[in-house]
Amino acid sequence: MQKTNRGADTLIFLILFLLAVAFISPILIVLMNSFKGKFFISDTPFLLPNSETFSGLSNYTSGIAKTDFISAFGMSLFITVFSVAVIVLFTSMTAWYITRVKTKFNQLLYYIFVFSMIVPFQMVMFTMTKTANVLNLDNPIGIILIYLGFGSGLSVFLFSGFVKSIPIEIEEAVMIDGCNPVQSFFKVVLPILKPIAITVAILNVMWVWNDYLLPDLVIGSEYKTIPIAIQYLKGGYGSIDMGAMMAMLVLAIVPIVIFYLLCQKYIIEGVVAGAVKG
Amino acid sequence: MQKSMKKYFALFALPTIIAFSVAFVLPFILGVYLSFTEFTTVNDAKWVGLSNYVKAFSNQDFLNALWFTVKFTVVSVLTINVFAFILAMLLTRGKKGTNLFRTVFFMPNLIGGIVLGYIWQLIINGVLYKFDLTLTFDPKYGFWGLVVLMNWQLIGYMMIIYVAGIQNVPKDVIEVAKIDGASRFQVLRNVTLPLVMPSITICLFLTLSNSFKLFDQNLALTAGAPAKQTAMLALDIYNTFYGKTGWEGVGQAKAVVFFVLVALIALVQLLITRRKEVES
Repeated sequence: MQKTNRGADTLIFLILFLLAVAFISPILIVLMNSFKGKFFISDTPFLLPNSETFSGLSNYTSGIAKTDFISAFGMSLFITVFSVAVIVLFTSMTAWYITRVKTKFNQLLYYIFVFSMIVPFQMVMFTMTKTANVLNLDNPIGIILIYLGFGSGLSVFLFSGFVKSIPIEIEEAVMIDGCNPVQSFFKVVLPILKPIAITVAILNVMWVWNDYLLPDLVIGSEYKTIPIAIQYLKGGYGSIDMGAMMAMLVLAIVPIVIFYLLCQKYIIEGVVAGAVKG
Repeated sequence: MQKSMKKYFALFALPTIIAFSVAFVLPFILGVYLSFTEFTTVNDAKWVGLSNYVKAFSNQDFLNALWFTVKFTVVSVLTINVFAFILAMLLTRGKKGTNLFRTVFFMPNLIGGIVLGYIWQLIINGVLYKFDLTLTFDPKYGFWGLVVLMNWQLIGYMMIIYVAGIQNVPKDVIEVAKIDGASRFQVLRNVTLPLVMPSITICLFLTLSNSFKLFDQNLALTAGAPAKQTAMLALDIYNTFYGKTGWEGVGQAKAVVFFVLVALIALVQLLITRRKEVES
């Protein structure tokens, strides 16, 4: 009995191993091509670079220069860090407030937040962009407010679900002991919310960092994030520099892979927890 | 407690409400209104009733995009969920390297849609080049390219949710079924599948709405070529807004239709979920 189990285990391992290799290969192919001269990439994308096709780091240097990659990276980092921080802080406060203070208005608000989760971006694409222009929010600071607004539906929903599971007696005891709501939120409630706050942060990092259309429409021509820089590199009418493109794809993948490997455990847990929203 | 908290409305709720109104509530209401008008700059909106909707539904690009999106969604939802479920079964059975495999299969999901599109453009063109073809030669290449891309991106994500669901199935229930003489297939059909139904519902919803709303990947892989035949709904709406002057109202009407479709899918899904919950 045990012997056959071990045999089956090994077979499953082998199958999974081959699948895993197939799964990573697209990334490896891009990496390999980023070291080839630009004229060899379209012809022979699946061959390793040789003495004729190897081009060293020249794709990287020309790609970084063409896309102004350093500033795009800085812009992506700035927008992601501050948007996610603002989202976690304000939506957790709002979710706590509207869950604990049960007025008609708060309940209506909760349903509008939930409703906003199913509305596709295209529905508000044009009017949101116009609103941002009129209110002078079409800059890297203003877009943080837009991200808070458009991202608040999911985040309020996740926080509210978690708040409902906390016994209200804890908060009542804290307030009887003399804390005002601000103190009790930051000293008691927020620490309890930590696990769901991590989930909310991770789901939002994945969204904001990779988002293309919203920043492109709101601030894109002046300030470029990484996805926008890559899309601009493609330019018009097939005049694309494949070498620079490959190098930029690699540079776009590296930060997110590092982020993933560093907080893998939280990401996978967060995805499972976040999936409950369905 | 409610009383003492109420005074803090401005601090706790107002910042989010303001941002939410600016980024969502106002644009949403304005969007519905503008779908009934002809406009180029919002200020010059003229009421035209349903004519934008009539134009939208008599627009061949929109009908093509709708059909392409539906076809793509059906195929990708089926393939992603079948593969993700099989992978999850293998991962919960084998013991060696489980964590490593989970890490690898999930990774593509973190890469942004634009980058995903260009990765697969390189690979698919590389294969087609051997037959003197390119991705944009025939819409079927773009279609299957998107299916492969979406599978690569979402299988790992759904697999993680299925793994969590399968691990929650009590071991003794399966043991009992086996002792009673159930074959492996019978255990899967009559024990495992019904018990992981909540995971199946979630995964179906996520793949459905993700496939239906696809934009970045579509833009990067083919941008709709050849001749807009691989443009999905989101891309078609974008093109109507930013590619055709004077068609902004029609674009907004298309967006409203798109929203209604997405909302209907979500609603139907919710109803099915509710019914399942009643049964169990």
